[in-house]
Amino acid sequence: MALKASELKVGDTYTERLVEDLKRTQIVQYAGASGDYNPLHTDEIFTTKVAGYPSVFAHGMLSMGMTGRMLTNYVGDGRLTKFGVRFTSQVWPGDTLDGTATVDAVRKEGGVTYVDLTVTTVNQNGVEVIKGNATARVDG
Amino acid sequence: MAIKRFPIEAGHIMMFARSVGDDNQIYYDADYAKKTEPGTIIAPPTFVQSSAQFDPDYFLRPKVGQPWFGSGKEPTGIKPSKSGGGGGGGGGGLHAEQHYEYHRNVKVGDVLTATTKPGKTWEKEGKRSGKLVFTESITEYRDQKGELVVTARGVGVRTERPVDQK
Repeated sequence: MALKASELKVGDTYTERLVEDLKRTQIVQYAGASGDYNPLHTDEIFTTKVAGYPSVFAHGMLSMGMTGRMLTNYVGDGRLTKFGVRFTSQVWPGDTLDGTATVDAVRKEGGVTYVDLTVTTVNQNGVEVIKGNATARVDG
Repeated sequence: MAIKRFPIEAGHIMMFARSVGDDNQIYYDADYAKKTEPGTIIAPPTFVQSSAQFDPDYFLRPKVGQPWFGSGKEPTGIKPSKSGGGGGGGGGGLHAEQHYEYHRNVKVGDVLTATTKPGKTWEKEGKRSGKLVFTESITEYRDQKGELVVTARGVGVRTERPVDQK
């Protein structure tokens, strides 16, 4: 399951389709699980008439959560030591997202081997919605 | 924000994993999880965000007997709140950044506490939404023994106007 340092090269990439045609219901599902009931994500009337957006939009944390799924599928269960992102563009119902991890470095620190990754998630128009970094323990 | 008790529950992890479209059985099936490297059901990487469920004062959850700013008969129940700005943004606020450092895996059966302290605040002129005010907050999640489990750093941004979609 876990990655092996000897099989990793700088520049290696791993990509996963995070969601296809994001549904409002999935955003509701995330609101319910996470406890973030901000109407901007689930209440079309509030969001269009009061907040002034064209429609509800996904929690940044839903996109980060799905990006995290790509990462754990790549590095293995419980191997992440760091994961951080900037939300660079909003994600809307109907969007299709792809998440990619790119190997920046494989290094040893205190006898433990780590992989440093650049993480990006883009929508169907190639617009980046998430940009960040992650670090995971790998087998030495 | 302070959360006195954030119990890590299997049902909550299951619902959270479903919501991010993750069908990895380590989040659903204790018998399966036993055979994995962590050896138990663990939380997905961004799960601690759902500690909001256990924050009695979390302002983005409707509360019994209190007005709510979402739509009902009218497009909004009240004027959007000016409070918040940290973690997940709020009425008029958006989430700009989120960073996690994992000191160990979050596991079913853990009972965590969370304490949040404010970080830096800075401003920027945005092309698509006017003046932007960024506010950072740092949350430490600790276990029953007081050991640090996850450190979270969130940045919220308050925009002058809705983000231009052009």
